Amino acid sequence: TPAERTNLAGVRHILLVLSGKGGVGKSTLSTELALALCNAGKRVGILDVDLCGPSIPRMLRVQDSAVHQCDSGWVPVFVGQDKAIALMSIGFLLERPDDAVVWRGPKKNALIKQFVTDVAWGDLDFLIVDTPPGTSDEHISTVEALRPHQLLGAVLVTTPQ
Amino acid sequence: ECPGTGSAQAGRAAACQGCLNQGLCAAGAAGPDPAEAAELRARLRTVRHTVLVLSGKGGVGKSTFSALLAHGLAADETKQVALLDIDICGPSIPKMMGLEGEQVHQSGSGWSPVYVEENLGVMSVGFLLSSPDDAVIWRGPKKNGLIKQFLRDVDWGEVDYLIVDTPPGTSDEHLSIVQYLSATHIDGAVIVTTPQEVSLQDVRKEINFCRKVKLPIIGVVENMSGFVCPKCKNESQIFPPTTGGAEKMCQNLSVSLLGKVPLDPQIGKSCDRGQSFLAEAPESPATLSYRNIIQRIQEYCEQHHLQEEKIM
Repeated sequence: TPAERTNLAGVRHILLVLSGKGGVGKSTLSTELALALCNAGKRVGILDVDLCGPSIPRMLRVQDSAVHQCDSGWVPVFVGQDKAIALMSIGFLLERPDDAVVWRGPKKNALIKQFVTDVAWGDLDFLIVDTPPGTSDEHISTVEALRPHQLLGAVLVTTPQ
Repeated sequence: ECPGTGSAQAGRAAACQGCLNQGLCAAGAAGPDPAEAAELRARLRTVRHTVLVLSGKGGVGKSTFSALLAHGLAADETKQVALLDIDICGPSIPKMMGLEGEQVHQSGSGWSPVYVEENLGVMSVGFLLSSPDDAVIWRGPKKNGLIKQFLRDVDWGEVDYLIVDTPPGTSDEHLSIVQYLSATHIDGAVIVTTPQEVSLQDVRKEINFCRKVKLPIIGVVENMSGFVCPKCKNESQIFPPTTGGAEKMCQNLSVSLLGKVPLDPQIGKSCDRGQSFLAEAPESPATLSYRNIIQRIQEYCEQHHLQEEKIM
C-alpha cells in the first residue's frame, strides 16, 4: 500500500539483531551499534520488537517518554546526544513500566505489523531491529512485514557456552 | 456479569469493559474446555506439588535453576521428581541433564519421560527433534498444542514434585501453562533474575503477570550475584545492582527473596556437560546458596500441602 512504501521508503538498510538465546546481549549490541553508526555520521533508527521485555528505552534513558501520532503514523522518540537516533518500542506504549504485556501470538503479530508500517521513520541510513529471544511469532511477523523492503541481513549474538 | 474466563465471550462481553483482566481474556482462548480440563485433571491427579520457574528476562538462569532444583529434590530417593521443559524454541534442559540425543517412547499409557535417575524424569521438545540444531519456528497456537500434549499425554506416574521450566517472556507458553494447570493445582512460581535493572524491569512485569493470573509467588532467586575470585578472594559485582538488585525489588513488591547465588564458572561448565553442578562442586558457595534455596522451596510446598489437608 502507498502508506507502507512511504514510511520505509527512506530507509536505506535494515539490519536484524537476532540470537535465539536470551540474555546474550542483543539489546545491548543494538544500542551500541546505533550509537556507533550515529557517531560515524549515519542517520539511524532502532525498532524494538521485544514486546514482553523491551529493554532499549532504558538503555537510551528515555523510558519515561511517550509517543505521538502525525499524519503518516507514529512519530518515533528521538534519542542520543544530538537526538539523532529514532527509536520505537512498545515500552513507550505502556501506561506503567511494570505492566506485563501478556499477549498471545496473534495480538503480537498485529502490533509488529503496525510498528513496521506505521512509524514515520523519515530518511535513515540504517534501521536496526532488536528482537526478543526465540524463533516465534515476533520473528516470523517481523521478517514477513519487512520482506518487501531492503533487508540488509541479520547479526547473530551469542555467548561462549 | 462476568461471562467467565472460559467463555467464548471472555474479554469481549459488554460487562468486560474496564475489568482488569479484560486484555488477558480477550487475548485468546482463555483456557481448556471442560472436557479437556477433566482429561488434564485426571492425568495430573498423581502430581503432589507443581512449581513453575519463570523470569520475564532471558539468560538469567531459569533452566540452570530448574535442572538443579530437580537434582536437589531427587537427591531424596523416596521422592519422585518430574522436570517439564516448555521452552519450545530454546529447550536447554536435555543438554543440561545430559540427555541430548534421547528419544521419547510411546506406550499404552502415553509418552514416557526420559529418566536421568530412577526417580527423576524429564520431558522436553528437545527430545522430539531429529537434530539439536533444528529450529522450531512455530507460532503461538502450535506451541500451545504441544504444551497441552505434554500435560495430557506424558505418563508421569506418581510424582512428588513437577518442575516446569519456561522460556523468557509473558506470552503464549506462560498463559497456556497457567491455564492448562488450572485444571489441577500449582503450588507457586519461583522467579529468577540477575542483579541489574535491565533484568529487574522485566522481572517486575513477570511478578505482575503472576498476580494477574493469581499464581502464588514462592519467591525470587538472584543469580550471578557477585563473583569471588578463587585466587585473591576479592569479590566483584559483575552485574552491579544499580537499583538495589533483587533485594530492593522484593522489598518494594512484598515478595520473598529466596536467596542470592554467586557467579561460578563451574556452573556453566557443568550445564554444558550435562552434569549436576551440585554434585560436581559440593564445596562451592554457589552450591550452598542453591541448597538453601531448594530447601526453602521444599518447606513452602510441604507447608502449603499441610494447610490444604487441614482445610479438607
